[in-house]
Amino acid sequence: MAQHDDHSHDEGHESGHEGDCGIEHHEATEYDPGATAFHHISDQNIFTIGPWFFNLPCILYAPDQGWSLFSSSKFHVHGHHGDGDNAMHGYVMHEGVVMRVKDDAFPRGAVDVSGYKQEEVEVDGKNVTKYYVCQNDHLYELDQESALDGGMFGRGITSFYDFSITKNVVTMIIVCLLMGWFFMGIARSYRRREGQAPKGAQSFIEPIYIFIRDEVVKSMIGEKYERYTPFIMSIFFFVLVLNLVGQVPFFGNPNVTGSLAVTFVLAVFTFLVVNLNGNKNYWEHVFWMPGVPAAVKVLVLTPVEFLGLFLKPITLMVRLFANITAGHIVILSFVGLTFIFGEMGQNVGGGAIGALVGTLLGLFMSAIELLVAFLQAFIFAILSASYIGAAVVDDHH
Amino acid sequence: MTGSLTVVGFGLAVIGAGIGVGYIGGKAMDAIARQPEAVGVIRANMLIMAALIEGIGLIAIILGLIG
Repeated sequence: MAQHDDHSHDEGHESGHEGDCGIEHHEATEYDPGATAFHHISDQNIFTIGPWFFNLPCILYAPDQGWSLFSSSKFHVHGHHGDGDNAMHGYVMHEGVVMRVKDDAFPRGAVDVSGYKQEEVEVDGKNVTKYYVCQNDHLYELDQESALDGGMFGRGITSFYDFSITKNVVTMIIVCLLMGWFFMGIARSYRRREGQAPKGAQSFIEPIYIFIRDEVVKSMIGEKYERYTPFIMSIFFFVLVLNLVGQVPFFGNPNVTGSLAVTFVLAVFTFLVVNLNGNKNYWEHVFWMPGVPAAVKVLVLTPVEFLGLFLKPITLMVRLFANITAGHIVILSFVGLTFIFGEMGQNVGGGAIGALVGTLLGLFMSAIELLVAFLQAFIFAILSASYIGAAVVDDHH
Repeated sequence: MTGSLTVVGFGLAVIGAGIGVGYIGGKAMDAIARQPEAVGVIRANMLIMAALIEGIGLIAIILGLIG
């Protein structure tokens, strides 16, 4: 546990005039609600509970350097900009994101860095932001943020891979352990109290379970529903609990289901379950729809259906991500009203009005978000179930 | 005030999805008023349809973001 050190920021500011590569240290004078909101919903290497900060381990791998494992406190991050004062084995933290120095000449181990620089460059007709770090009055170019997608989403392939235990990972581990403990306990009490009325946590979870089983699994999948009940239930409760944990104020404020990586993996599970269990009829309807002229099949239906195989999980992924992220951004924008009206602390009266309005609107939005948390978990489960149902349904002809 | 034309695209995409979801919601209310005993089935189908329409809007927004 380490308290954030606000004093070091001032020291860094004063001492930063020598050997800082001519980077201007400018304090933020204007509040940027969009950037602030995006900064707060992104994943971090730090877990906050109220005023306390827990530094999480960074696990990084670069093919030419091997594994690096150290605590994120080694970056000496200060203030709220998320810039680290220290480089560690060629890795630096800039705006809360771990980046790697491309140049081999950069000293390894723990070294001081004095500033960061961003530059918009046009490469192949596209605007790309290039990042630089200053160390000992020398600018080094930084690699982009690590992405494990193999360059699929346009960020390109980076020279290192980030396997860090981030805030989202910690939240997921906590949620998995809690859910395992909770549901195992309930399962045990069902075994112990067989034939009796449910009691305690049992009576809390039973109506939800029966609702999902009857309204989602049974009605969507049909008679073979028992085989897929555990999968749909796991997806539903996992997404629901993560959505709700993201709503708890002052507890890490994780945005797990609002992270594309998480929803991508959940959608991949659905994709695999659907397509590995698809029967003959399902594949026939995808590739050779019965009762349609051959020309229409080849030209229109088969390509569309084939595309649909992948579009279904993609919409699942994007829907959950976009709904949760949008909710977080709206709440953060309402909180930001305080700073917009207060003109960054220069107008106390405006700040007070902004805080009042922002709190009321934020509370209202949080109430809606509780509904959305349930609705999105339900929709993810019911759509997964309906895709599975379409894949395993028996022939009706 | 500066901005990007993609933002207009977001707005247009949301108009289409909004009309679709609104139509579904209105029709579902009609159906529930006509047959209140079928409220469970109608609500489930309404949510699925709304989610599918919303998916198209979201895809448009994401395409606008990355394009």
